[in-house]
Amino acid sequence: MAGILVFVEQRNSEVRKASLQALSEAKRQGGAVSAVLPGSGVGDAAAGLGAWGADKVYVADDPNLGLYSSDGYAEVVLKAAEQAQPNAIFFAGTAMGRDLAPTVAARLGVGAIPDAVDLALNGDSFSVRRPVYSGKAIATVDTAGNTPQVISLRPNVFAAEEVGGAGEAVALDGLSLSIRAVVKELVEAAGGEIDVAEADVIVSGGRGIKGPENFALIKSLADALGGAVGASRAAVDAGWIEHSHQVGQTGKVVSPSLYIAAGISGAIQHLAGMSSSKVIVAINKDPDAPIFKVADYGVVGDLFDVIPPMVEAIEAL
Amino acid sequence: MNCIVCMTSVPDTASVIKVGGDGKSIDESGIKWIVSPYDEYALEEALQITEAKGGEVTVVTYGPDRAEAALRDCLARGAHQAVHILGGEATLGDSYTIAKVLAAAIKDRAYDLVLCGFKGVGTDCGQVGSMLAELLDVPHVVNVVELEVGDGSLTAGRDVEGGRENLESPLPALITCQKGLNEPRYAALKGIMAAKKKPVDKVEIASLGVDEGSGGFYRVENLELPPAKAAGTIIQGEDDAAAAAGELVKLLREEAKAI
Repeated sequence: MAGILVFVEQRNSEVRKASLQALSEAKRQGGAVSAVLPGSGVGDAAAGLGAWGADKVYVADDPNLGLYSSDGYAEVVLKAAEQAQPNAIFFAGTAMGRDLAPTVAARLGVGAIPDAVDLALNGDSFSVRRPVYSGKAIATVDTAGNTPQVISLRPNVFAAEEVGGAGEAVALDGLSLSIRAVVKELVEAAGGEIDVAEADVIVSGGRGIKGPENFALIKSLADALGGAVGASRAAVDAGWIEHSHQVGQTGKVVSPSLYIAAGISGAIQHLAGMSSSKVIVAINKDPDAPIFKVADYGVVGDLFDVIPPMVEAIEAL
Repeated sequence: MNCIVCMTSVPDTASVIKVGGDGKSIDESGIKWIVSPYDEYALEEALQITEAKGGEVTVVTYGPDRAEAALRDCLARGAHQAVHILGGEATLGDSYTIAKVLAAAIKDRAYDLVLCGFKGVGTDCGQVGSMLAELLDVPHVVNVVELEVGDGSLTAGRDVEGGRENLESPLPALITCQKGLNEPRYAALKGIMAAKKKPVDKVEIASLGVDEGSGGFYRVENLELPPAKAAGTIIQGEDDAAAAAGELVKLLREEAKAI
């Protein structure tokens, strides 16, 4: 096959983990792998991509590319695609990738497939498995012969694997950036809080935590595990925590290695958003709560009694 | 300030999903179709903008006959006009074809802002907004949680992993709306009665000159349910919570190797 071009996302010149996962998966597929990295002052970041499987790295280093824009970044990816002539273009399914992939696809006049959790090569074209209805069903789809195939990969599903090696850097020149919607600033959350969409461990609280102040208890467990704080829709709608923490059908769909649901009964919309997590733990007073049906481990008990000794036990490990 | 809201109707989020006889689409029996939850934020924002600045809200949907109920719901909440492009049964989440159909229906209308939900709750692609903006050749901002519309431009905030991006864009533009942007209103009885009398502009797909095809750019080969999960290990922690917590941590460490 002609190869895969992988869009690589950076923030403050640091490459995002989800992009390394996409790059590694491209490498595992066996063909030629190139990467495209737009940004400002990203020379060092580009030099490091060879070790993650990129044979060639197209770099667009421009002060106007420091922050994301659909227009600017799409132009860069198209320019790289023109040179690499890939069969497929991979994106990490982050907030950025989920916008950039369809933008690029529309400019190329092809469709796009988001949220890939498994890729199978048929000849030189991918069949993609992706969850639909927030994971209540799984679809296998392809692009009906249209190329390049534009595919975004769900974060935390594919392993990032350092393979060693050095990529050849190719500077993309002659860009004529025309940016209409401009990102004026990126305000990062205080204290380097981990986002549920990126976290490997998530501890979520629901109605059972009784009030906003008790998210401190949820956070103490999340902190002990180095994870992120999630929430059910009930907790978000009650105004206890911001929507960016919501897991479920109208929140974020997540697949961490460990998901702990505390005081969450397990409405079908919540289960849809987290049931593909690798290990699920439920803590709930109600032994009949639906959350126990998807849990690998459950504790029937009061979360206010169970969580503090859990934190102690974890910290003692 | 004229706003166009692109709306899709989806199975109620409480629906149990079953695979249909063709093995590619869902079994629609017993499914209640609702306005996709994120499209409610798009409609509400459009209503608030036109209430403050004048102008009209036109809701456009692309779907089979059953989509009309959701369109009537939008009219009942206050939308001025409704356009129903008939078709879409075969697209099964083909975002690019959907965007092409919507673009053909929208391009000759006068608008300042096109609003979409950030994804259709169902096929969950979240791609139509970005693609439609490209086809209409207007700038776009996805995932909007904060919006100020001025004369000839907008400022918007959107959530990204661990932070927020603040943007500026000229108008006309397209935005996709995220939870947190506003609190959608319900239809009042008066609105529901009035909506019954409002006309719905029915558009035949053939008149738009777009081939809706069958999986033109996104072809579904198969749809299946996720494998059923084996029963988990339940620990009773009502009497001795500390012992239960200790046992759980031990299992997570030694058996699940999750911590």
